Amino acid sequence: MSGPSVIFSVLLLGSGGFLVSCGWARIIEARGTRMHSRSHYYGWWTFLIVVIPSLVFFIFWSICTNLYLENKASSSCHTTAGDMAQSCSVLVKMAHDLAHKLVLDDHFRNSQEDHDAVLQNILGKRKILFSLDNKEHIVSIAIEWAQRIKKFHMIGTIITFVLAILSCFVGIFSVSPERRSRNRVECVTVFWLMLASSIVILITVGIVLSMLFQTISFFQSVSLANFFFGTVWDPRFSAVDSEEVVGQFGLIPLLAGTLYIAFIAMLFAIPVGLFSAIYLAEYTVPWLRGIIKPLLEILAGIPTIVYGFFALAVLGPFLHDLSIFLASGHAFIMAQSALTAGLVMGIMLVPFVSSLSDDIITAVPRSLRDGSFGLGATQSETIWRVILPAAFPGIVASLLLTASRAIGETMIVVLAAGVVARLTINPFEAMTTITVKIVNQLTGDFEFNSPQTLVAFALGMTLLVLTLLMNIVALYVVRKYREQYE
Amino acid sequence: MRKGDVCHTTPMRRDIGLRQRYRAEMRFRAYGITAISIGMFFLGVLLWSVFSKGYSAFWQTSLTLNIRFDAAIIDPKNIRDHDSQVLFTANYPLLVRNALAEKLGVPSDDHLALHEVSHMFSSSVRVQLRDLVLGHPQLIGGIQKVTFLASADIDSAFKKQINLAGSETRRKISNRQIEWMHRLSADGSLHRAFNTGLFTLTASNRPETSGLGVALVGSLYMMLIVLVLSLPIGVAAAVYLEEYTHKNRFTDLVEVNINNLASVPSIVFGLLGLAVFVNFFGLPRSTSIVGGLVLTLMTLPTIIIATRSALRAVPPSIRSAALGIGASKTQTVFHHVLPLAVPGIMTGTIIGLAHALGETAPLLLIGMVAFVANYPITPMDPATALPVQIYMWANEAERAFVERTSGAIIVLLVFLILMNIASIVLRRRFERRW
Amino acid sequence: MNPRLKIKMCGSNVKVFYAQKEILHGIHLDIPENRVTALIGPSGCGKSTFLRCLNRMNDTIEGARVTGQILLDEEDIYDPSVDVVELRSRVGMVFQKPNPFPKSIYENVAYGPRIHGLAKSRVDLDEIIEQSLLKAGLFHEVKDRLHDAGTSLSGGQQQRLCIARAIAVRPEVILMDEPCSALDPIATARIEELIDDLRRNYTITIVTHSMQQAARVSQFTAMFHMGNLVEVGTTKTIFTSPGEQRTQDYITGRFG
Repeated sequence: MSGPSVIFSVLLLGSGGFLVSCGWARIIEARGTRMHSRSHYYGWWTFLIVVIPSLVFFIFWSICTNLYLENKASSSCHTTAGDMAQSCSVLVKMAHDLAHKLVLDDHFRNSQEDHDAVLQNILGKRKILFSLDNKEHIVSIAIEWAQRIKKFHMIGTIITFVLAILSCFVGIFSVSPERRSRNRVECVTVFWLMLASSIVILITVGIVLSMLFQTISFFQSVSLANFFFGTVWDPRFSAVDSEEVVGQFGLIPLLAGTLYIAFIAMLFAIPVGLFSAIYLAEYTVPWLRGIIKPLLEILAGIPTIVYGFFALAVLGPFLHDLSIFLASGHAFIMAQSALTAGLVMGIMLVPFVSSLSDDIITAVPRSLRDGSFGLGATQSETIWRVILPAAFPGIVASLLLTASRAIGETMIVVLAAGVVARLTINPFEAMTTITVKIVNQLTGDFEFNSPQTLVAFALGMTLLVLTLLMNIVALYVVRKYREQYE
Repeated sequence: MRKGDVCHTTPMRRDIGLRQRYRAEMRFRAYGITAISIGMFFLGVLLWSVFSKGYSAFWQTSLTLNIRFDAAIIDPKNIRDHDSQVLFTANYPLLVRNALAEKLGVPSDDHLALHEVSHMFSSSVRVQLRDLVLGHPQLIGGIQKVTFLASADIDSAFKKQINLAGSETRRKISNRQIEWMHRLSADGSLHRAFNTGLFTLTASNRPETSGLGVALVGSLYMMLIVLVLSLPIGVAAAVYLEEYTHKNRFTDLVEVNINNLASVPSIVFGLLGLAVFVNFFGLPRSTSIVGGLVLTLMTLPTIIIATRSALRAVPPSIRSAALGIGASKTQTVFHHVLPLAVPGIMTGTIIGLAHALGETAPLLLIGMVAFVANYPITPMDPATALPVQIYMWANEAERAFVERTSGAIIVLLVFLILMNIASIVLRRRFERRW
Repeated sequence: MNPRLKIKMCGSNVKVFYAQKEILHGIHLDIPENRVTALIGPSGCGKSTFLRCLNRMNDTIEGARVTGQILLDEEDIYDPSVDVVELRSRVGMVFQKPNPFPKSIYENVAYGPRIHGLAKSRVDLDEIIEQSLLKAGLFHEVKDRLHDAGTSLSGGQQQRLCIARAIAVRPEVILMDEPCSALDPIATARIEELIDDLRRNYTITIVTHSMQQAARVSQFTAMFHMGNLVEVGTTKTIFTSPGEQRTQDYITGRFG
């Protein structure tokens, strides 16, 4: 029986238990006894106790046996092969694939003998070419592995069914007028709800831990100073013969590029976004607002890859040509430049700034506006001197959020900023950012445990810490100044 | 002062600097209008540049010719009955070249001209004719009318994307080829047709034979995974936080986490996916399942936040009413509060899905930038995604790929716009104010 | 009305529409100078709406339209040539709920003089602020903490701050829209005293729900009902021998 069919049968059994318990409860009710809960709650309770424990067990069992077998296979591979760990992991992977294909094969499942023929058949079908010397070895490991999988799977399936059937009986026989089934079912529901909300925490923990472990192992091969204070980024991918050369992992030029491009973007986005928001909130007639706001929302909904393509295919070449025209033949703006990336990112951020600020500005109570108008202030005076100061903390927080977006933005810079890690203040030259380098280090083939790969996690950690800091500051600003609002 | 006196004095008019203040007011308005115009201008330029470059990608130049399936070329030694391999490796493009050369009247000894002829049609004819012949071996020796793709250069030239007036050496297409092109077009063998290949073809290094097929399937799988996982979990989490708990340590922690997750850069989720799903759990790289899981994690905060605000918008009076007639807390929530929040939840979910559909960076890290030539059958097979395909095409140098890229962007934007319209319609249709 | 009194503001046939609905049906009302005029009437009768017409605060409400004529010193304030900013600097307003700006007490009062450029120097400005706070009876309570947030004051103090803010612009008329409805009786009493003091220098129009308050602070009273002006006269007349049955009923509390 395959995994899905086990799960399906358990669900079927649960549904059976549901129907029986439900019917039983109805019968009791029909005899005139008053039940504590409505009949379907008895059904649900049976369903839950059938399904949950057995499936939890089954999944847990499958994962554990898998891990155990993997472990066992790799140790037997080590003892017999005895060669380099690198190739051994390849062998285990091959044996793993083979074993799982064997398990799925009908002939193998039905016949106890003649593994070799089945194996040949599979190898022929899959066109797996064995050029390795220790083919025999792998095949024997794979066969053993597949047999173990079969055995463990059988044990797991049997236990699962026993559990399910037992709890089915328990559920059905415990149907009685005194039983508070509704409360129990609701208890389970609430527990599931709580579990779901803890997943959010789990994700955060996952992010932090995965980053942390890889970062730590990165710093075992590269010094902290090299990373944090190095001004050269040159993580040459180590050739086989020169494993000693680690390369230079200077964060500074990447950080500088990131902040510089984000700065250019904010320089464009803040005035444009803020003034748009003010104009939308304070001046426009409703019908115009009804047109412009959705348009800005469209701008916000466009994926960043589209902006990246716009920068690469339209704005970059345009600025390049413009610079040729202005400087009569000498192109002082590169096709990929910090300016292009920053500008396009700024365009992308405008709707964020404006919609966040718009919300904050319209949240300023009307009484403040009235107070100011009642004293004879013009509209712009009211905005400058009353509304903006009142909305200031909120606006600062929203700008910080926008800035953290600018720092974490990837696709625009990947396509428009360039890949050269360079420390410069000339916005017309190509610069690179943390996100670009993360992408560069992790696309294509790589070895997971080399510093060239792990540095991406260190960079990611830096990025995470930067954005989290900005968030915390934003939250702090909002909390600190909240009492000033009404 | 007697009261009567007051009547005769007109009050002093003060100078309160009105002219200056109104000038400032006008300036301020001008800033606002400028800002909005800049935003609208860039939106216009962005959309215009994508559409003007991309709309032509939905048409493709094709050639229709009578092709003689010459047995001397396909199977010169006449061994096809016992060696099926020969039909696989036959020189099919030569058939097309000969047919075209014959049509154009190119002598069979003018090798330079023949070379140019063979650059007029796509190399995909090899596979196309091979499949045709393998399916219908009786064709060999006969003549069959076949429609096949023109080469990317001819396609660009026919769509007038190449400046044909310029010097011959500066373009990829020669004067002779242009003349042929016009002749073929005049007698109807060269024509434009709707480009179904854009939606069905898979990865290829030739622009005219590459399409979004794999990307569409991959994106579909990922959206399904995101929907199936993030909707129940997100709604459950939101219901718990909004309806079941009072403020305590746990909810504070969850709250902070949700807000932080919503603003974590998307690329970090890619790193998480790589480290946890690929490296730790051993799921295969480049697959929709990993992509779907990563996008689920990114979409969860959006759905939780949307659901919470939808639940909060349900007035407390509804809860009191249900509790008042003896419903349990859970009954109240699931029978009354949650159904009323459904439109808000749906809107939030659609917006979350739209974001996930356009997300690129995390997918790059989990290896969805792969050259995938076969359709993924299950979510466990290698696939790409729509935005990732755009990224890969954007990195190609060839002119014709720019057109494809823009075409793919149009497809992506159409999906996003449809989703956004759906959410707006939902909001308008079911919006309820208490 | 006493013919010797100068009429500061004069409304004739004032109608107000919100969207298409007519809220006020042609009001004729004179507001005499240096007197307190109370506008009374049941909720929703249009008295606040009328008050907001007097300095064109209705302009800030979407879809509101005013017809008819309101004169301020013989000048129609709805004439296109009239500047609304200048008008409001001459006709100040105090609102129902105290609405100090989220700034310091000093800045709250300084706001008006600043935007209108009324103070020539810092010393001038300080003087205006001190005088305004003094007139509003708040100075002694807050003189040591002028730079604290205006919102940190109590409700009554906040409302007096708002009055000081209005006075600082040196308007000719002050409109008060139920200035005491959000305050406790002691704070109310202080504001009433203040209104009585202020009428020496200002023309005051006050909307109130409280009959006692109208009787205590005003010299003239106008009774509104269902968007119509029912009756207007000296407060004494209205409260002792009203000419209309509806006024009688309202004052004695039969409806309202």
